[in-house]
Amino acid sequence: MATQIFSAIFVIIIGVGGCVAYFWGANKLLDLVFPSRGVSGAAAVDNLRRQGLVRPWLFVGPAMIILTIYLIYPVIETLRLSFLDRGGENFVGLANYEWALGDHDFRNSILNNVLWLAVVPAACTFLGLIIAVLTDKIWWGTIAKSLIFLPLAISFVGASVIWKFIYEYRGEGQVQIGLLNAIIQYFGGQPQVWISLPFWNNFFLMIILVWIQTGFAMVILSSALRGIPEETLEAAVIDGANPFQIFWKIMVPQIWGTIAVVWTTITILVLKVFDIVLTMTNGQWNSQVLANLMFDWMFRGGGDFGRGATIAIIIMIAVIPIMVWNIRQANKETGGH
Amino acid sequence: MAASTGKSFAGRFGAHIAVLVFVVIWTIPTLGILVSSLRDKDQIVASGWWNSFASSSQSEAGRLPAASAQTQKDGKYVIEGNIFGDGPKRDISAFGVKSSAPTQYKAGTVAELNDGATLQMNADGTFVLSSAKAFEGDRGQRVYYASSAPPKFTTDNYDAVLFSEGIGRSFMNSLTVTIPATIIPILIAAFAAYALAWMRFPGRALLIAVIIGLLVVPLQMSLIPLLKLYNGVGTFFGVPSKTYLGIWLAHTGFGLPFAIYLLRSYIAGLPREIMESARIDGASDFEIFVKIVLPLSFPVLASFAIFQFLWVWNDLLVAMVFLGTAPDQIVLTAKLNALLGSRGGNWEILTTSAFITIIVPLIVFFSLQRYFVRGLLAGSVKGG
Repeated sequence: MATQIFSAIFVIIIGVGGCVAYFWGANKLLDLVFPSRGVSGAAAVDNLRRQGLVRPWLFVGPAMIILTIYLIYPVIETLRLSFLDRGGENFVGLANYEWALGDHDFRNSILNNVLWLAVVPAACTFLGLIIAVLTDKIWWGTIAKSLIFLPLAISFVGASVIWKFIYEYRGEGQVQIGLLNAIIQYFGGQPQVWISLPFWNNFFLMIILVWIQTGFAMVILSSALRGIPEETLEAAVIDGANPFQIFWKIMVPQIWGTIAVVWTTITILVLKVFDIVLTMTNGQWNSQVLANLMFDWMFRGGGDFGRGATIAIIIMIAVIPIMVWNIRQANKETGGH
Repeated sequence: MAASTGKSFAGRFGAHIAVLVFVVIWTIPTLGILVSSLRDKDQIVASGWWNSFASSSQSEAGRLPAASAQTQKDGKYVIEGNIFGDGPKRDISAFGVKSSAPTQYKAGTVAELNDGATLQMNADGTFVLSSAKAFEGDRGQRVYYASSAPPKFTTDNYDAVLFSEGIGRSFMNSLTVTIPATIIPILIAAFAAYALAWMRFPGRALLIAVIIGLLVVPLQMSLIPLLKLYNGVGTFFGVPSKTYLGIWLAHTGFGLPFAIYLLRSYIAGLPREIMESARIDGASDFEIFVKIVLPLSFPVLASFAIFQFLWVWNDLLVAMVFLGTAPDQIVLTAKLNALLGSRGGNWEILTTSAFITIIVPLIVFFSLQRYFVRGLLAGSVKGG
């Protein structure tokens, strides 16, 4: 243990130190090669200009290299691999995509992903909005928000254990140690193995993600609600609107943009959901999703990179519209800047 | 007036109740594993954790001593003793001799057995089995009883999990992964963000657009090519392909788009006058960055640091692909996942391990919530 602590500290220093050394050293080197001090005026101006040409690249260089290796190259390579066979050597055309269309697991995953996409972003946004509105009204709202926000800090695996304990099943008539079955049994119902119930098990997995993400939606929406001008609310009250009308007709339309952002953010997250399914069911009982199926194919029987890459491409295709929208929004912002 | 309903007593009261319900639903699950992790492992399976402050009762089975232990008393053959032997004592509420009716008789009463024998069992576990005939056989009478034990809280589970299940080691591994994987992207992103915000160079706008595009690229797109790349590099140089350096760089790569995006929008908003007056005073870009921009950007750096820390600490996917599963590399999340498979029914192990994995994020979260929320707002309201 002690040796590991030391070696950990050592590698941390090397890693972080290396970074610092690069930026500091590269900058020093630039100053040495094109000195701007201690040379004649014209030369100094010339050198300053040259420095100005080089320095931005010293600053963005490491980021560009890492982004290229870890994101840009893989995107292109994954696209290429999706047309190759399992080892990534022979061109097979669209065979992987044809396989996907006919594969039972793949169809099941697509279906489940659609189900997740339909339920989770909506549930999180809706619950988050309601809690945001309610907590704004009461004096202990901050504490309440903290507690509801808390699951966001918990890992998906940790959350899975937490909820697996709630869904824990014991035979009928035995003492139920899982909260859900205990409640069901208390009211005279039949205890169930929740995570293997066909179709409905998907919802029991979704609850975990909703539990985690509602806090996120709540915080973002709560801050947007505060941005609503008081006058509009006061005017509505004077005009005799009831609380429901104020909520639906005054508040919601004014924070529509934020709701869209929350919705899309959670949508992207849902497309990538992996840990929860892996730890709860590993895709059994028809609860498979794309990200877990892909992980499965990466390693199943030595790994089938062609099929794995194909599944990744399908996930990517679902994200592209959001990506385009994002870039457009950002361009609009910087354009007006 | 309809308008006043929102501010009426009933309306206020309703809001309190509704929020309370939400808070309870959101807190109970975590509370469950915290309480369970502190309970005695036999009690965890004997009763729900919500009953943990009450005595737990459980059905048990035992066997009375064999015929060789019998003594003669008043012309009867008697076997006496205590069902708990030298073990911990519990309270018996009922007992029985048939598995179909394990609690047929109340403690302290006398049960009639088949062959004219009688059995009395008391609440403290003492029993008297007597018969007119001599007992035979080398297997004693089977008995069933319901016992209750007082609530018992212990930190034994933590000892067991930390030191013999390997969670302690995994905790160190997680720290080894997380700390550099948090600091390195901050450094790299801060320089890039400054250049993108305040330096003029060709291709800047394109670079910003690319980074915003990369914000939403699913991690899944990178896994297979990087796995191949790492394996290739490992074989070529004859080094292991699963290393801490490898996962630091992977997390750096995956965290960079968000880091650059977040830092750039903050740094771009710093007042231009400060930069310009520093430049007039002869400061170079490097000096401006280190002496002015970095200190002023502290809040946003802290925001990103918390994000990246939580993300790396909680990550399972990247760790499973880029790190090994040997004890010297397996991180907490992967270890917990492995325990779910191997110790599926041992809730004392699972709840305790789960609590250890979430304790660090919870501390970070509660102590730095302000920065976390600020980052969340800056990161998602503008981009997504």
